Amino acid sequence: MKTVTKYFLLLIGMVIFAYPFLWMLSGSLKPELEIGGLGLWSPHFTMAAYKNVLTKIPIIRAFLNSCLVSLSVTASVVVFGSMVGYALAKLHFIGRTALYLLILFTMMIPFQITLIPQYVLMVKLGLVDTYLSLIMPTMMSGFSIILFRQFFMSVPQALIDAARLDGCSDLRILFRLIWPLSRPVIITVAILTFMTSWNDVLWPLIVVRNQSLMTMPQLVTIFVIGGQAEAQLGSLLAAATLLALPVIIAYAFFQRYFIESMASTGLKG
Amino acid sequence: MKKRLNIRHAWKQSDKTGFWFVSPYAIFFFLFVAYPLCFSFILIFNRWNIVTPMEWVGLRNFDRMFRDPLFFKSIVNTLVFLLIHIPLQICVALGLSLLLNSKIKMRGFFRAIYFLPVVVSGVVVTILWQQMYSFDDGVLNRLLTLVGLSRIPWIVDPSFAMPSIAIMATWKNVGIYIVLFLVGLQGIPNELYESANIDGANDRQQFWKITLPLLNPTIIVIVVLSTIGGFSLFIEPYVLTGGGPLQSTLSGMLYIYNQAFYFGHMGYAAALGFVFALIILVVVLLQRKLIETEPTS
Repeated sequence: MKTVTKYFLLLIGMVIFAYPFLWMLSGSLKPELEIGGLGLWSPHFTMAAYKNVLTKIPIIRAFLNSCLVSLSVTASVVVFGSMVGYALAKLHFIGRTALYLLILFTMMIPFQITLIPQYVLMVKLGLVDTYLSLIMPTMMSGFSIILFRQFFMSVPQALIDAARLDGCSDLRILFRLIWPLSRPVIITVAILTFMTSWNDVLWPLIVVRNQSLMTMPQLVTIFVIGGQAEAQLGSLLAAATLLALPVIIAYAFFQRYFIESMASTGLKG
Repeated sequence: MKKRLNIRHAWKQSDKTGFWFVSPYAIFFFLFVAYPLCFSFILIFNRWNIVTPMEWVGLRNFDRMFRDPLFFKSIVNTLVFLLIHIPLQICVALGLSLLLNSKIKMRGFFRAIYFLPVVVSGVVVTILWQQMYSFDDGVLNRLLTLVGLSRIPWIVDPSFAMPSIAIMATWKNVGIYIVLFLVGLQGIPNELYESANIDGANDRQQFWKITLPLLNPTIIVIVVLSTIGGFSLFIEPYVLTGGGPLQSTLSGMLYIYNQAFYFGHMGYAAALGFVFALIILVVVLLQRKLIETEPTS
């Protein structure tokens, strides 16, 4: 194939993947009547749709809710996940292999089975409509534990033995000695967890009905299907843009890490 | 006696810190994995709306399921989705990754753009495509009329709606699979192509005899991941079509959600979830069997 053809095809691909986002951004800024057009520029750009969204739904509050939930989940997955991963890789205790196999098994359980009982559990614990119900069920993840374990296996045992001789506790070894060596795996787990948590809609829809506790994607979903948008295309696109923006900004900065993290999910299969 | 000594010995040898380190996971496991699993086995044999006491109905939830046209409809819809989504996804991802893997400039830039829809929430993607699929003034129909073709009723016609969702899902996810294919392609040793060149094999032969067979593990991963994704399809039909028109986009997950949280049939919804999980396991195992080729030395 000629190089020109290659670039041509790659450029077509680029248009297919990038144009809809640009169209969304431009549509959110256009006056209502111009939105349908294919062009991206309009002399009448306005912030009216954004004002409309901001007055109709508490989207800033939802943004802060999402930050709180996703950051808590990510911190928990990284801290506890690395502790379990470290124990599985470097500590010799009874039932270690059994635990490892158990965690592999939990990764194979389709969430269709556990979804309803988890909701029932939230009802029984009285946690419906609380931040805890959004955070708790994802505080740990088998996949992250396995990723940490695999990485920690490659840390030389001599390093740990030396630290032990110096009187370091295992907690200190993990957080002071091994963590600084484990930046790639920590970043991978953090990005995957944060993205999954930030973009999840199904679980929030199930356990949160109080508008002031809703996460950002949930609030936008309700805005779209609940009729609050009153079929105003501009407002829909503005809400979608506000929802996409934080992730796209993060992606612009950590693009390489995002892609590498997702590549590691291929191991799941 | 000797056995007890062994256990005591093993306990002494065992690293107590290990137990401390895994104890948070143990609590998590019992609350959010073991309990829900056990509870689902009770729930599937009961009728329960979460408010009034549970009522034991034996296998009646399953009996009802096999007479429930919507249950079968949701399975058929999922299969329609998968039949379009998986081949489309593999072709697009393979094509783009082959282009990216050749000697071109700005590879990272192109890859980053193709990956963009992956990181964005499914809600954003669905809102976006809802506008693009609009019959009267959507971007796609405007493009079609621009080149002189007639409009397509993307999401208003029952026979088009699910394929439209499959196309949208491909657009959203293909970036992941491009990256997976690139990893696979980089794992193919260059010597294979060199010796094929010496033997006079052309590009097409090299693709069918070397590239594709060696990408088999990647293809299995992609088929399995897409299948699991297809059975978990929820937010796209929920926002785009609400399961319509005429239930043509009712996905399994959406049906479970409606049964549980719209009608309050917790027992029936749990039974549906249970059956769908079994179907996923069986389908994934079958796919592995069917696609996996014997590794040629």
